[in-house]
Amino acid sequence: MKKSIPTRFALLPMAVALLLGGCATSGNPRDPIEGFNRAVFAFNDGIDRAVVKPVAKGYVAALPGPVRSGVSNFFGNIDDVFIAVNDFLQGKVPDAINDVGRVLVNTSLGILGVRDVASELGVEKHKADFGLTLGHWGVGAGPYLVLPFFGPSTVRDATGLVLDVKADPVANLPDVPVRNSLVVTRDINLRAQLLPADKIVDEAALDRYAYIRDAYLQRRRSLIYDGNPPRDNAAEAARSDVFASRGAETGPRLASNRPMESSTTTAHE
Amino acid sequence: MKFLVLLTTLSLLLPNLAGAQALTPDTPPDVLVKNVTNEVLAIVRKDKDIQSGNHQKAIGLVETKVLPHFDFTRMTQLSLGRDWRKATPEQQKTLADQFRTLLVRTYSSALNEYKSQVIEFKPFKMKPGATDVKVQTQISQSGSRPIPLDYYLEKLPQGWKVYDIEVDGISLVINYRESFASEVRRGGIEGLIKTLEAKNRSDAAGK
Repeated sequence: MKKSIPTRFALLPMAVALLLGGCATSGNPRDPIEGFNRAVFAFNDGIDRAVVKPVAKGYVAALPGPVRSGVSNFFGNIDDVFIAVNDFLQGKVPDAINDVGRVLVNTSLGILGVRDVASELGVEKHKADFGLTLGHWGVGAGPYLVLPFFGPSTVRDATGLVLDVKADPVANLPDVPVRNSLVVTRDINLRAQLLPADKIVDEAALDRYAYIRDAYLQRRRSLIYDGNPPRDNAAEAARSDVFASRGAETGPRLASNRPMESSTTTAHE
Repeated sequence: MKFLVLLTTLSLLLPNLAGAQALTPDTPPDVLVKNVTNEVLAIVRKDKDIQSGNHQKAIGLVETKVLPHFDFTRMTQLSLGRDWRKATPEQQKTLADQFRTLLVRTYSSALNEYKSQVIEFKPFKMKPGATDVKVQTQISQSGSRPIPLDYYLEKLPQGWKVYDIEVDGISLVINYRESFASEVRRGGIEGLIKTLEAKNRSDAAGK
């Protein structure tokens, strides 16, 4: 059972992408299986509204802020091990050393990671996972994919997620009750951290599905470029329109686009 | 020289002092972003009404302190892309007004969430004569990675104006592009205006 779950997840994104490739679409090339994705999105949303969000709210109400940060830090410390591995796999050796340093400091001085002493000392946390590592080495995002329970993803990130889950020490603990309670605590804590964002998305979005999708795709792309991606092609096209009408120059920015990201051009271009 | 270093240090330590500095059309973009951010955060941190969720007051603050430094016509233009040209000048004005209302509401909500965080300003380099720049800041919080918060500014005769904000790589403006385009495909420019108006009405009613 333990092993079959990740394997099934490995096949799921591919199978879904293949089977539903011809499904309902609004013509967005980054989201060719929009009809299916919207259905899964609605399913996830239903579960969230009915169970996960109320539990996360209860969790926030029950535990004081410092305790919740302790929980976040504890799981964050375990996460740092994987961030180190991924930074290393991306060839970012200084970052990987930084990550290992964080784990050493936080596990010892931070009492098993409950306190993030490293951040207090100015050793910054990074963000890395297998999806980003694949992206770093030029694997394109592929179609957008909403996974049941896991939420927004892409074919590439879902593949990365399989590795993330396989390598996750918490999800692979031999003691099942301990494992389950840790996994549930981690997920609830994660959901609780996202509660403030809910309100902002509700207020901001004309269409929550599209807003979350586009935010996810923009954020992942930015992370792959370490926070400095070239502005995407559609943006550039619009910008050059705008600039052309003002008689300004955009050449250098356009030239900085990398061909591998050309798939991000949007439908109406 | 020593005095200058001291002054800079002081202005970093005392955000209120820096905020009191007058902003002119010649204020460099990084100084502008820093001053406005510090001034607004100082107010939010002191204001109990805003902290307890008085949205109208937060919006008022954003309207007076932040909005004068934004170019909403430009933001709307960018989020509409090619569709901008399909709109008549009156429609363009309505779109910009509606988009402005929407962004102000979102931004003032976000402001309240970030009030307890520390904003750091990254070193800023600008080529002489540049008219389009990115000012990078980050929100630091213990236990999670710092979140980049970047401002894109363009130099206009009235001074530097923000035309986009990126939070953790997510551009507020670009994030609307797909939604706007599909609204326009479905109901034309008028359809998009109607949707924005309805959205703003329901957001206002929800508060």
